[in-house]
Amino acid sequence: MRFQTKRLIVKIIFTALMAFISIAMLLPFAWMLSASFKPENAIFSFPIEWIPTKDHFTWANYDRVWNSTVPFTKFFLNSVKVTFFSVLGEVVTSALAAYAFSKIKFKGRDIIFLIYLSTLAFPAQMMLIPRFVEFKFLGLYNSHWALILPGMFTAFGTFMLRQFFNSIPDELCEAAKIDGATHFDVFLKVVVPLAGPAFAALIIFQFVGSWNEYEAALVYLRDKELATIPRGLNFFKDENGQAYGAIMAASVCSLIPIFIVFLTFQKQFVAGIATSGMKE
Amino acid sequence: MTEAKPKKMMKMSTRENLAGWAFISLNFIGYLAFKLIPLILAGVLSFSKWNMTTSLSTMTFVGFDNFVKMFKDSFFRTSFTNTILYAVVMVPVAIFLSLIFAVILDRYVFGKGLLRLAFYLPNISSMVAVSVIWMILFLPSYGPINMFLQSIGVANPPKWIYGKDTSLMSIMLVGIWQRLGYNIIIILAGLQGISQTLYEAAEIDGANGIQKFWYITIPSLRDTMFFLIMMSFISSFQVFTPVQVMTKGGPGKSSYVLVYYIYSKAFEGNELGYASAMAWALFFLVFIFSMGRMIFQRRKAE
Repeated sequence: MRFQTKRLIVKIIFTALMAFISIAMLLPFAWMLSASFKPENAIFSFPIEWIPTKDHFTWANYDRVWNSTVPFTKFFLNSVKVTFFSVLGEVVTSALAAYAFSKIKFKGRDIIFLIYLSTLAFPAQMMLIPRFVEFKFLGLYNSHWALILPGMFTAFGTFMLRQFFNSIPDELCEAAKIDGATHFDVFLKVVVPLAGPAFAALIIFQFVGSWNEYEAALVYLRDKELATIPRGLNFFKDENGQAYGAIMAASVCSLIPIFIVFLTFQKQFVAGIATSGMKE
Repeated sequence: MTEAKPKKMMKMSTRENLAGWAFISLNFIGYLAFKLIPLILAGVLSFSKWNMTTSLSTMTFVGFDNFVKMFKDSFFRTSFTNTILYAVVMVPVAIFLSLIFAVILDRYVFGKGLLRLAFYLPNISSMVAVSVIWMILFLPSYGPINMFLQSIGVANPPKWIYGKDTSLMSIMLVGIWQRLGYNIIIILAGLQGISQTLYEAAEIDGANGIQKFWYITIPSLRDTMFFLIMMSFISSFQVFTPVQVMTKGGPGKSSYVLVYYIYSKAFEGNELGYASAMAWALFFLVFIFSMGRMIFQRRKAE
């Protein structure tokens, strides 16, 4: 009994401590949100007015974000487009390749797998310069294809799905094949339906990655009209210099979509990170 | 009969080969076009000199010139040292903090799900947005952080990203703040794998919390922590966005890091060859830790 009480007290103390740290972690976001609703002259008043008083409350910053020369709607739509096609493409190409690696014994499989594995160690940033040259040649520079195409083919998706497909018993696939099914039938009707959780984890994980992608957008896109949200936010920051309220409003707009998606699919996202840690 | 059998077998294997290549073809073409070819190009470029504003025919082969230049370039040396410094400080601090937070979150709190969320949100936020926010929080004369510090009696608060001596440290601070969530997810997943009976047995033997942490949690998390350390180093070497958004390497060259220097040489200085050579220095750093990870995993698998 005494042990139980002691444990309860420990738990209460730790909960209070962690609650304090959690709030501290979130303060930058709270400050951003608060500043986004304030006129410029009230933003830096101290002590901080976390909830703006009535005469310090304004929508003007948001108005500026949504009605600037290139409005945020444009960035938002660009991000939706790039993310949608990258993630869709990646899921399809990775799933097909993962099935081949996992369930088909074909000539050259092990060599290709080895090549894939050996290039995993190259950091993505090493590709920035050569891809830039390549895209200039192919005429893909300054187009959304420069972001979508490399995003469509990642070794990560292939390895993650392959790992999951490996856990599906071969007997299940063999049984279907005896009944006359082709590999494509087995893929669509046996393997894919069983791999729901793995697909969900991959989709959410890559969604977040693609949505937040900045380096490629910075290097491969020139026109502001093409910018995705992270790139657009930086354009906005550079152009609005000291207009901190407006910059904070733009940050809020850039973060809300990803927060909503994350809160909805938190479980899948966490699974995606956790498996990325356990791969191979 | 005796003839038919091998024939059929061959047909079978041909069909498997065809199916295999058909399934892999899409991914393989993309892999060739956007990974393998760029990689070869990265090699070729690093031995050449080319200003990308001119045509490709002006590209000249310069042997190891770019690499020699690299070792003489004091800007490169600063960027390289800053990158190492960033990783060497940031990785242990972030791992130490997240280990403690994860263990507490795992066993000793009410409302684990909600408390976890506070650590995850910075991690899923785009680094651009996060950098933009911190840039304003760090403003030296009227930014909220220094206003607060002054109000509690700090007469000369640091100038954060705007000061020569503190810029790199401030970027580390933002990096750690953002990294904690990722680390905590990985460590919590590792903690799930520890059998509860170990803790129960230890409790029966009268072990206290710290003993349980030291003799059960830490040894059981060995693999997870090793993986996390390797991954953290690899990602720290690639730090770029907070530098590009907040400081542009400044003030002076105090916060230049390797990737930012590569970027500025390639896309602002038009020196693609030299920048490509420096990209191999980045590869070298990342490669050491990737190898460490692979060897470790192989050993684990055996």
